[in-house]
Amino acid sequence: MAAISLVGLTKRYGGVEAVRDVSLEVAEGEFFGLLGPNGAGKTTTLSILATLLPPTAGRAFLAGHDVVREQAAVRRSLGMVFQDRSLDDYLTAEENLRFSGMLYGVGSRELSRRSAELLQLLELWEHRHRLVRTFSGGMKRRLEIARGLLHRPQVLFLDEPTLGLDPQTRALIWSYLEKVRRKEGITVLMTTHYMEEAEACDRVAIIDHGRIVALDTPERLKRTMGGDVVVVHTAEPAAARNFLAEQGIAARVEAGQLYCEVPDGEAFIPLLFRQGFPIQAVGIRRPTLEDVFLKLTGHAIREEELEGRDIFRERMRVHRGR
Amino acid sequence: MARTIYVIWLREMIKFRREPARMATSLIQPLIWLFVVGKGFGSVFPSPFAHLTYVQFMFPGVVGMTILFTALFSSVSILWDREFGFLKGVLVAPVPSTGIVLGKAASGATLGAIQGTLILALGPTVGMPYRWEALLAALGLMLLLSLAVAAAGIAVAVRITSFQTFQVLMNLIVMPLFFLSGAIFPVRGLPLPLRVLSDVDPLTYGVDAMKGVLLHQHEFPLSVDLGVVFLLTAGLTALATLLFRRSL
Repeated sequence: MAAISLVGLTKRYGGVEAVRDVSLEVAEGEFFGLLGPNGAGKTTTLSILATLLPPTAGRAFLAGHDVVREQAAVRRSLGMVFQDRSLDDYLTAEENLRFSGMLYGVGSRELSRRSAELLQLLELWEHRHRLVRTFSGGMKRRLEIARGLLHRPQVLFLDEPTLGLDPQTRALIWSYLEKVRRKEGITVLMTTHYMEEAEACDRVAIIDHGRIVALDTPERLKRTMGGDVVVVHTAEPAAARNFLAEQGIAARVEAGQLYCEVPDGEAFIPLLFRQGFPIQAVGIRRPTLEDVFLKLTGHAIREEELEGRDIFRERMRVHRGR
Repeated sequence: MARTIYVIWLREMIKFRREPARMATSLIQPLIWLFVVGKGFGSVFPSPFAHLTYVQFMFPGVVGMTILFTALFSSVSILWDREFGFLKGVLVAPVPSTGIVLGKAASGATLGAIQGTLILALGPTVGMPYRWEALLAALGLMLLLSLAVAAAGIAVAVRITSFQTFQVLMNLIVMPLFFLSGAIFPVRGLPLPLRVLSDVDPLTYGVDAMKGVLLHQHEFPLSVDLGVVFLLTAGLTALATLLFRRSL
């Protein structure tokens, strides 16, 4: 039996279709990622699965239970880690777990055993008597993960689990999540717009404007990209594009940069420089999920961030190569 | 359902116990009414009832006011829970939303009754003649009245998202309810329009019942007072539940 199954799921708000005819199955024990930009419909899908929103059309099942007709069973089978804060700051870590456990009807002996186990697993045991408001962002996130697992759900939802955390803390949260997955063998459905994080998933569904545009393992998705990605920063993108077109290579202009895929990037660059148009920077890299996303949807997943940072990064690469 | 009510209630109790300042500050206002306004008016105006001092006359009303303030403002916790996301965690748990509302109402009622009892305990300092059965009746009445007020607070709080609006609106509700309830002056001598307003004010019946219990001095038959308070409690609790469910 699939842990999660969506059949033609659709959600409409007024005239806007947030989720359009989405169908997918997540197997038991799988680590599944929903990847897409903000507003793609990831959180809406999660909310429908968590019985917080009714679907407009289609059906959704979690652990075999219909999310509309068997709400109580669905909620019992589900652990949820929200995108934004959801702890009681004025209670201690242990009290937060206790109240959640009581709401889920976990018996008191099992509750203290399970709390202790999870607090130790997520290395919060020494801090269990501290008020949550004294916790750092990463500690709160860990406590939320512990809370989500407390009632031994079959499926854990992580809605942007590392949003707003610094890179170091993000890495830490990931190591904890790995530990949890190994230990609990639980099915995980995660939404993210961090490409690097999606790489860790068993399978990824790329979502844009409420629709699934691709669904496969990260490896196979990247393999659809035919070779290396070359990024050219030039003052004359039109000239560059014409040259590439002559070579039979399709290129996209994105944020003032030219993106193309070529089978052998290293051999291609000297050729490019010989054409005479001004080139400020060139970068070559193996394709990432970001490139897959760009190719499939025609736009970057985080446009605002891509512009500054990635141009800088490409430049650094060229410098280092000299 | 009972479990949900208990958990929601317990959480509020623990948080209340951790904030002694909150308890202390909410007692300041009734103390001012009793010992500043009460004593002050008492020394200028004759008491409406010969055998009672003015402070004794207004004492049951101040108890009612304490309940009104405490129970009504306790519903601000709904705004906090929404603001800080705690409510989301509760809403994905396998619990009925009615249980959440009733738990909130029960905690507001408990807080109101606790604060009311603290004021009641000051009775002997102003010469209130207490008998045990009167005190027990007062306690029951306080719980019932607190529940009605807490439910009213929730019904308002679920529609509001800004703390400023909540504050302003609550003060707007509290003041007329308190002044028209007969808590600080007898309603009988008032001009007709004010008397009508006072009759419409639900707190009038709570205060009147409290006066009946503590002073054996009341305007309406006790059955009318209690009937109104009961109906009000049931109606407001149902309304709060309905509005809460609709706000999800």
